[in-house]
Amino acid sequence: MDYRKAGLRPHEYETIRRELGRDPNETELRIFGVMWSEHCSYKSSRPLLKLFPKEGPSVLKGVGENAGVVDAGGGWGLAFKVESHNHPSAVEPYQGAATGVGGIIRDILAMGARPIASLDGLFFGRPDSAKTRFLSNGIVKGVGGYGNCVGVPTVGGKTLYDERYEDNPLLNAFCIGLVASDSIVSSQTAEPGNLVVLLGSKTGRDGIGGAAFASVELGEDTKASRPQVQIGDPFVEKLLIEACLEALEKGLVTSMQDMGAAGITSSASEIAAKSGVGMILDLDLVPLREENMAAWEIALSESQERMLLIVRPENLDAVLSLGQKWDLDCAVIGKTVEGNRFILRKEGEVFADLPASLIGGGCPEIHWPAERPKDLDQRQSFEFEPSGFPGDLSQPLLRLLASPSLKEKSWITRQYDSMVQVNTVQGPGAPLSLIRIKENGNLVAITMEALPWACSLDPYRGGYETMARSLRPLWVAGARHLGMTNCLNFPSPENPEQFWEFSEAVRGLADCCKDLSCPVVSGNVSLYNESAGRAILPTPLVCSVGILPVSGFPLLPGKWKEGDFLFLAGIENASIPGSHFQAVLQGRLVGRPLPPSPEMETGFMERALQTASRQIADSAVPLLGGGLGIALGKEAIASGVGAQIDLQIPTHPLALFFAEGGARALYAVPEARVPEFIRTWTGFPFRMIGRVGGDCLCLPQSEPIPLQILSNAWKGA
Amino acid sequence: MNASVVVFPGSNCDRDVLYALGKIAGIPAVPVWHKDPVLPEDTDLVVLPGGFSYGDYLRCGAMAARSPIIQGVREHARRGGLVLGICNGFQVLTEAGLLPGALLANSNLEFICSPCLLRVERSDTPFTNAYPEGTLVQFPIAHHEGLYFLPERELQKLEDNRQVVFRYAAADGSAGAQHSPNGSLNGIAGIVNSSGNVLGLMPHPERASEKLLGGTDGLGMWYSIKSWLEGGAR
Amino acid sequence: MKFRARILVSLKEGVLDTQGKAVLVSLKNLGFDVVEEVRIGKSIEIVLSAGSAEEAEKKVESMCEALLVNPLIETGRVSLEAIG
Repeated sequence: MDYRKAGLRPHEYETIRRELGRDPNETELRIFGVMWSEHCSYKSSRPLLKLFPKEGPSVLKGVGENAGVVDAGGGWGLAFKVESHNHPSAVEPYQGAATGVGGIIRDILAMGARPIASLDGLFFGRPDSAKTRFLSNGIVKGVGGYGNCVGVPTVGGKTLYDERYEDNPLLNAFCIGLVASDSIVSSQTAEPGNLVVLLGSKTGRDGIGGAAFASVELGEDTKASRPQVQIGDPFVEKLLIEACLEALEKGLVTSMQDMGAAGITSSASEIAAKSGVGMILDLDLVPLREENMAAWEIALSESQERMLLIVRPENLDAVLSLGQKWDLDCAVIGKTVEGNRFILRKEGEVFADLPASLIGGGCPEIHWPAERPKDLDQRQSFEFEPSGFPGDLSQPLLRLLASPSLKEKSWITRQYDSMVQVNTVQGPGAPLSLIRIKENGNLVAITMEALPWACSLDPYRGGYETMARSLRPLWVAGARHLGMTNCLNFPSPENPEQFWEFSEAVRGLADCCKDLSCPVVSGNVSLYNESAGRAILPTPLVCSVGILPVSGFPLLPGKWKEGDFLFLAGIENASIPGSHFQAVLQGRLVGRPLPPSPEMETGFMERALQTASRQIADSAVPLLGGGLGIALGKEAIASGVGAQIDLQIPTHPLALFFAEGGARALYAVPEARVPEFIRTWTGFPFRMIGRVGGDCLCLPQSEPIPLQILSNAWKGA
Repeated sequence: MNASVVVFPGSNCDRDVLYALGKIAGIPAVPVWHKDPVLPEDTDLVVLPGGFSYGDYLRCGAMAARSPIIQGVREHARRGGLVLGICNGFQVLTEAGLLPGALLANSNLEFICSPCLLRVERSDTPFTNAYPEGTLVQFPIAHHEGLYFLPERELQKLEDNRQVVFRYAAADGSAGAQHSPNGSLNGIAGIVNSSGNVLGLMPHPERASEKLLGGTDGLGMWYSIKSWLEGGAR
Repeated sequence: MKFRARILVSLKEGVLDTQGKAVLVSLKNLGFDVVEEVRIGKSIEIVLSAGSAEEAEKKVESMCEALLVNPLIETGRVSLEAIG
């Protein structure tokens, strides 16, 4: 078989021959073809990912395992990660989304954690196209259909529409789980003389058609109906969760891995490599649901809902009983031995014999050339052009509130069970999600953020702002950040201008993480998101996790009270470039987002945390998409009371109310606490901008907007 | 007093109910695996919790209703013991014939997770004696198949027998089909059997038992049960 | 002997068929004004061994009663063919 048909590049093939000291056979070639694909090996992104800070006092288990774990307090850890499932969702939206959710849940389970919450990031094309409607409906139903059945609440997410995602929608699935700090599962703890056990669904030919190589090789025994699309079974996943957690509780397992891309081969070789043991697998012993499967098909199948368990022989019977109890296929498929070889056998014949560490970790990095886009200077030159907008702010405000990316998303979120497990303190539709941990009385705060418009104008600044914007809601609510996970969604790295955008965005994210001491504990990269000459916007997505005690009374939005004084904390002139105002109302993207300002971020963080912990304000919201105007609109709607805004400053009103970026928040402070608020925020830019009251939102020189009109615009009534 | 919470393959809300009963209501509760043919000996209350037993495959609750434990639940009900079915548990009870009717797909054919207003139609049951009749309570719903159905004649009988205990309602106190989030006939959200010891409802009282999570209207259900059991009336 | 039974499970007359209604509307929107009614059911195929066709049919009918058909809201129609 030609190595190119396996999807390998010449230098990769040379590396394999050199390391093996011989030519690889066909099965081994296929293994490298899949394991050394971009998707599995991260060969194009590893050099950049080294920029991320990974250590910190809150990190219990960092990058290198299925998911990172941070300290949740009281002897508990939080394992979390976000992962993409973009290409499958474009092909079969329901199953693509469902299996995406299933896959990330298993990553969390593989750390020994019980999944406690999910969030999902959705990026769709033009809101009015039939294709977008078809994809978005399928994806939303898939996320709900899987998440609801498996019993993990979906508590938040992010949705954005832009025509650049028309043919390449994105689905980023986040999951977080709870694990006792001394029970975190590791892939490094297998010992020689353990048994390798496969638990879960039978293995079929799922996902093999989507592997790195051409389908010519699907040999003589090809069946016409080979499944190209992975089909998820959330019921089996639920059983798998309970069975694995029970096995862990009873101490029956020395290591565990979930099976995702490249199935058995990936998970088994990873354990072997990380634990420093050899492994011999007998593929005949794998429970199959299709006939005549070749060794490589069994080894690389991506059939869903399967876990790999490493078990001491004395615990095998107990593990097999658990399989029986939960009606899951459970079979010994191999053993660990001394050494470092990874050996696949079938019917006594050896089909692969490779050094374990070469399979997962041996792919040479690729350093693609980077070139600053030639049109960037032109795109970055900006003059604010407010013509076409009358002085009245109510019209642009209502139009933005009604825009697909900003408007109310209950049509999505009510299809998700956000309350199962009875821990949801703040569910979907808010700047952050809050989950109560029964075991230690703390609240976990979670955000999800992505700013593709800003990143397309200036990927470094956009990346930095994305990271900072994911943290600010935590601070405003009163939570200290513990760590972040990210999903880097980009087009092909082989295009130098696109690779430049990728590198700059990662640099921006990394610098912000370093400046604000937020370790990156896990992540995922999805490249080649483009088709027919149309590439997606650069879309780094970040999920940040923080903690606050339940007794800390989180400071949340939606609680304006009549008579409260409204304060803008932060600068008055943020950035129109990259904002919803520019992208949606002006229909273009020009200029540069704000440059990073770490001192502003830390100054904001300290004061926001104090404001929250001392309960100085009734209601607070960080300024996100749509800036101050949208924040005012949403607060008025949620609180059921209007406000009078009085601002006389030189900044152009459109810029003042609709520019985005920077550490900024809107606070509603009761009269008695105003002096304390002022004392807290002295030394940082802030300004009183108005007062809560009445049943209209009254912006300067604008028609008062009755609450009902605001609400109708936002809800699309 | 003791409660048993049945766990089927695919049950999700068993742990939530155990928490609400044990930690909040102070009713000791244990999980019971569906393959056990008998309930623990001193069981006063059996709860069939929400979730997706058997993945909701074939029909919601159909396979769970054929589990060995259901025999034990029938005996318990026959002896006058209390049985509470929540959401998927309600579906199991109808499939098992312990309650009349069936739960069909929501009229909008979508899963709905939402807070929900209910009117308490009867105060004289073991499950609702802590609520004055006609009280409005808010319990969240989260289901795809919550449309309560019974053929016309049987439905009339059900109403005449006053077997409807919870009805979907509005803030002005009105209740009925017009307020069903899922198309349930007559706005029926929860019913009892004719002897009044088996209750099934689609909304989740265990999700309305803590202020932190949005509301405590569900506490009344646990207090009603406690008070009934303490009263010794069986 | 081996048999393949197909059971067509449909909703009883008088039971709300919300899925059928939704599909009716979609078909009409696609221009099929001639459609008067849509009812949606499911098809269950069972491969089983039995001594005779009568035995097989009896067995399948008991399966319908035991689990496959909810008599309150559904009816089932069984057809049988001998295979291999």
